[in-house]
Amino acid sequence: MSEYHNHEMHGYYTGDIHNQFVPEHYDPKNRSVIWKTFWILLFITIGEVAIAFTSLSKELLMVIFIVLTIVKAYFIVAFFMHLKHEKLSLAYCILLPFILIVYLIAMSLTEANYLNVWDLIFK
Amino acid sequence: MAAEATLNNENSNSKPWGGGVSPFGISWGKMMMWFFLVSDAFTFSSLIIAYGAFRHRHTQVWPIANDVFTHFPFVHEHLPLAYVGLMTFILIMSSVTMVLAVDAGHRRDNRSVAIWMGLTIIGGFMFVGSQAWEWYNFITGTPKGALITNMGEVYRFPENAPSLHSGAHGHAAIPDWALISPDHKVISDKAEVERIKSISKPIKGANLVNNEYGHPLFADFFFFITGFHGFHVFSGVVINLIIFFNVLSGVYSRRGHYEHIEKTGLYWHFVDLVWVFVFTFFYLV
Repeated sequence: MSEYHNHEMHGYYTGDIHNQFVPEHYDPKNRSVIWKTFWILLFITIGEVAIAFTSLSKELLMVIFIVLTIVKAYFIVAFFMHLKHEKLSLAYCILLPFILIVYLIAMSLTEANYLNVWDLIFK
Repeated sequence: MAAEATLNNENSNSKPWGGGVSPFGISWGKMMMWFFLVSDAFTFSSLIIAYGAFRHRHTQVWPIANDVFTHFPFVHEHLPLAYVGLMTFILIMSSVTMVLAVDAGHRRDNRSVAIWMGLTIIGGFMFVGSQAWEWYNFITGTPKGALITNMGEVYRFPENAPSLHSGAHGHAAIPDWALISPDHKVISDKAEVERIKSISKPIKGANLVNNEYGHPLFADFFFFITGFHGFHVFSGVVINLIIFFNVLSGVYSRRGHYEHIEKTGLYWHFVDLVWVFVFTFFYLV
């Protein structure tokens, strides 16, 4: 039986012109998840600032920073914005359009690098 | 309304998309906030990608952020990344207080919502103030400034290029009268230094036309992207203030739910999320 047919579901009516019913699931463990996420974000940021002054190669640092940025973005979106606990269909609607951004990055940087080389040759 | 909060969906059929209830299990308001944030994320992505494209185009002469943002309040030494690290901490912290306000809203605890919202607003003001200070330092520039040739190339003084002094590059002893070329090389040939000085005029600070730290596009993108983000933070603070006064006057406790806190919370976390990317691409890499 679908959960949409559960007549005893917890939630509230929005109380506006649509007066839509919104299901609500409160988890008392939320607050410990929030603070865990905070510590993770804080340690990653401190770690980033710390390794910026090491003698690691620039390229390696760049890869590490971009990976850590995406990790931080995951924690913010999944736990602070609560997307991990929303329906999968909503998460796909929000996340899949960013495939276009990946394409735009690849396209723009390829073009920019090409123009950079062009300048070096024909300056 | 809240008292009869059980689902009465006699008009809906058993399919999620059959009508009567939200197929996503969230309110239309939250869903539209999410889709607004997707579009806003596309705007910020485009700006940051444009920054990345011009940076790759001019990669040899792009300024090194650690030579640009070195100020810390009440400290006169070069401290790259320290202040912006503190700003990041402030914004993450205000994101935490925001999500705690949302949590308190789920518990229908009006007093806790008010306290956490108030702290979030204080964090927002601290961040906007820090951003203003960062702009002030960038616009004012260094005491000595730099030289710009009639070709528009910026030559800096060694004291304004602390990253070249660090032992890793083996430039421990750069003479005071030397110059740093746009592509970060030390020019210590006296005749060459005199020639550059003879075709140059001094500049100081950064604006949309000139940038004493190097390529002017760096300043343009810095002003535009951090300005656009700062404006988002400012509007977030204003929205949070409105919600805060609604909480204080009991609007949401009368309504029976705190969905507005969740919607402004989503916006506020998004502002934090954008800063994570700005921090990486302007300051770290």
